[in-house]
Amino acid sequence: MKVLVIDDSRAMRMILKTTLRELGHEVSEASNGQEGLDVLKSSGPFALALVDWNIPLVNGYEFVCKVRADPAYAAMKMVMVTTEVETSQVAKALGAGANEYVMKPFTKDILRDKIEMLAAA
Amino acid sequence: MPQAQTIESAVNPNLVTPFINSVRDVFDKMAGVKITAQEPHLKAGKSTGHDISGIIGFSGAVAGSVVVSFPKAVAERLVEAFVRMPLECGTPDFVDAVGELVNMIAGSAKPYLGGVASISLPSVVIGQGYTVASMSSTPCVIIPCSSPHGDFAIELCIARQAGA
Repeated sequence: MKVLVIDDSRAMRMILKTTLRELGHEVSEASNGQEGLDVLKSSGPFALALVDWNIPLVNGYEFVCKVRADPAYAAMKMVMVTTEVETSQVAKALGAGANEYVMKPFTKDILRDKIEMLAAA
Repeated sequence: MPQAQTIESAVNPNLVTPFINSVRDVFDKMAGVKITAQEPHLKAGKSTGHDISGIIGFSGAVAGSVVVSFPKAVAERLVEAFVRMPLECGTPDFVDAVGELVNMIAGSAKPYLGGVASISLPSVVIGQGYTVASMSSTPCVIIPCSSPHGDFAIELCIARQAGA
């Protein structure tokens, strides 16, 4: 599966990239929401985007809204990767069109289960 | 003669337990590292002896600071387990990883502290022989932590705010 990871923390991108590659996925990355939108434009739709909430320029919520407003990305699944701190924001993101969320800290198994569930949906 | 302040009289245990749970959870899930928290104790004097500290501030219903301090070798091993690759101490990636760890520990504890609180962006200090000072009015608790990669400590200087 072609996956886009958007997080301003290089450490989190490293963790997600390594984990997703171990699960057999092809991973691209972006350090903010605008860069994420640029990657979508240049590389075409991804099957899945893992999006942090607190990212610069275009935040996670705005990213979800912009992607859902473009029919070209209608099939792309989006998962918010967030901390428990932001549970109220998760509901907002799900309302805007995110498909799922993963709470930090997470295990490889949690990530795999969420992705498999979305792929089967 | 004044009685010595005990941890029970100085600090609400409901503010300590969430951090013990969160540090275990974060390292277990994200790094596959089992952490054992030792008996918390009140901080006496200055905190020195560590090489790397991640610091996060709390405001709102709970105010103060949380400092997670590591010896250099321990931080390097824990960061390697966290990001699953070795990172050189002091590089931007290393600093980012320590900040993310501390952010996750504070963020995971926050919902269990009671009331609405906010946390700051993490700061990371690297050096030798530095002192982490805190608000004199707030008692500080040290939670010593052991891991297979060595020991580190969490220093809590937080208190519930009246009326918050």
